Amino acid sequence: MNASMKREPLLEVKHLSVEYDAPNGTVHAVTDVSLTLHRGETFGLAGESGSGKSTLAYAVARLLNPPARVSSGEALYYPRPMPAQNGAHASRQAQSGGGAAWQPFDILRLSEEELRSFRWNDLAIVFQSAMNALNPVMDIGTQIMDVLWTHQSYLSKEECKQRAVELLQLVGIAPDRLKSYPHELSGGMRQRTVIAIALALSPEIIIMDEPTTALDVVVQRDILGEILRLQAQLGFAVIFITHDLSLLLELADTVAIMYAGRLVEQGSQRAVYEHPRHPYSYGLINSFPSLHGPRRKAYGIPGTPPDLRAVPTGCAFHPRCPLAFNACKTRLPLLRQVAATAEEGAPEQVACHLYNQAFREEAPTSADIAAAYEAKAERGGVR
Amino acid sequence: MTTQQQLSAAAKAEIIPGPILEAQHLKKAFPLRRFNPLGAARAVHAVEDASLALFPGQAVALVGESGSGKTTIARILARLYHPTAGTIHFLGKPVKLAGSRQISEYRRNVQLIFQDPFSSLNPVHSVAYHLSRPLRLHGHARNSAEVREQSLALLRRVSLTPAEQFLQKYPHQLSGGQRQRVAIARALAVKPKVLLADEPVSMLDVSIRLDILNLLLRLKEEEQLALLFITHDIASARYFAEETLVMYAGQMVEGGPSEEITQQPKHPYTQLLLSAAPDPDRLRTEGKNLSVLPARGEIPSLVNPPSGCRFHPRCPHAMPVCRERFPQKTQLGNGHWTHCHLYGDGQADNVSG
Repeated sequence: MNASMKREPLLEVKHLSVEYDAPNGTVHAVTDVSLTLHRGETFGLAGESGSGKSTLAYAVARLLNPPARVSSGEALYYPRPMPAQNGAHASRQAQSGGGAAWQPFDILRLSEEELRSFRWNDLAIVFQSAMNALNPVMDIGTQIMDVLWTHQSYLSKEECKQRAVELLQLVGIAPDRLKSYPHELSGGMRQRTVIAIALALSPEIIIMDEPTTALDVVVQRDILGEILRLQAQLGFAVIFITHDLSLLLELADTVAIMYAGRLVEQGSQRAVYEHPRHPYSYGLINSFPSLHGPRRKAYGIPGTPPDLRAVPTGCAFHPRCPLAFNACKTRLPLLRQVAATAEEGAPEQVACHLYNQAFREEAPTSADIAAAYEAKAERGGVR
Repeated sequence: MTTQQQLSAAAKAEIIPGPILEAQHLKKAFPLRRFNPLGAARAVHAVEDASLALFPGQAVALVGESGSGKTTIARILARLYHPTAGTIHFLGKPVKLAGSRQISEYRRNVQLIFQDPFSSLNPVHSVAYHLSRPLRLHGHARNSAEVREQSLALLRRVSLTPAEQFLQKYPHQLSGGQRQRVAIARALAVKPKVLLADEPVSMLDVSIRLDILNLLLRLKEEEQLALLFITHDIASARYFAEETLVMYAGQMVEGGPSEEITQQPKHPYTQLLLSAAPDPDRLRTEGKNLSVLPARGEIPSLVNPPSGCRFHPRCPHAMPVCRERFPQKTQLGNGHWTHCHLYGDGQADNVSG
């Protein structure tokens, strides 16, 4: 995958908001999120539970059911500019007369019919628990072939089987497992099977929602290595959702951090790791004890994530933030570009008043944020 | 326990420099149901020859993947399981494994914190009830005024303030971190000397984990508690515990000071575990490369575990002798030891750190 190809947009989410209607108030799960996924890129989405990262991905895959609803925004998908055999863009193209250039289309406005061919052909999902994603009363071969029969009905039974064998080999499972049932497989093999099913139709985007959370560290590393290898081989883009930031920083090209339904920071993995700008990102990165370096006392983020029915005014993080000042309580910070150092490369965006010169002359360094966390922990007398 | 008894016990702990709780050669096999009445009896050999010692004011971390037997050890130490073989000594005296009086006496000193705070608290009872039960049962509080006073003190000790408000709440009104704090307060209610923490943070949100770990660290230091910290995350073992023990498939494979285990792992399994742990620092040195795994495969079945060293089918350095017998303990100096033929038979120079 060369650099020029990488910067070609594949999916553009613009000002997306998702709400859940609940009897005791509307839950603002995702608020005004914009992001761009490029071809072949690994886009990491991190945050605590309830930060809206899964909801965002499900909205893009059109998997949300009432009471959830997309209240605003669009998700533009840029199909590959080459004639495809089938898929949503083909039918879409036919409708618009065929002659026009390849246009991006809004996933959120696809009809049921178009959605059916868009899903899995262009976008596949790997769900959180592989244990539950597979049907326990069907052998895995049938489950893989099921996808092929549904979407590529022109294939013969033999061809389907051939393809299923190929897919299993691709993810490192012996083909004689075709007749195995999910309970006969280990957790790692089940997760591999789910990945094989996601790859069945060579999609452009694979959304992975905490694909390795239920697995042991050694197996997890194995699976992640497999994903990276397949990605290099097949060139699909990945939206990787996890709460484990240390994992994401090793894996992703671009990292976005969500808090209370909003993006608070976005940048290249190197920029976010070496210089987390937002105090929340800093706290999240430093919530993981390190394996190297001096053993020092670390501090978590004080407090708990907010109730999404009543998100704090201004910056939602201000009640927990060690560096909050008056403006944070009243004015909502928007994502803005901050100057990136040369080695960090891609521009870095952060939603924090600390980096707005109208409020603060000099942006804080990581050391300042660390000191503030420490002071807050001492002051709180919590530890 | 009266104050006097407590004082004498504390004095005893100071006189005896030895461990407060010591387990030797623990073994646990869970018998399986026999479908064929003529077939051989089968069992899951969950723990094989495990020994550990807990000292006041010190933490020992037990690290391993799921199925390595670490929770089984905690449950044996909490007397929830009866060990198949092995002995437990508390304050130098062997623990009798029968008799409800002794069990109650033992549990007054040794308490277990469970992994999942969502199921370890009873949903139909308030926090006040959860805390009052151990206080009453173990006779620390005699009337409701004392119960209330001590419950409030407990909640403050685990940083749940304002304590008066939390007393009235039910588990569903609390967040995961708050529930785990209540579970810790409940364990502290009996004034134990030993806390067994079975993955106390793995069900919690990442930003809250460190808070709970720091709380346990503070309790360990302030109250000189002996802590057993069970985890699958070797980085938090390094952060939390003075000593780390690594388990694989029911066998203890390596142990010693946490710093040595994480910086100079000797056993191939410990090396594998460390290379698999997420570590963004690696980026700087190696770049994005996740496919550097020396050993594939998964934990073997414990019904028919591999012979000899149970790690040998996955071990990159396996030798014929590994299949035949489990290696003896090799002391590597500085309290660091391992069970591995690479170090036991004078072949240490074959492998570099």
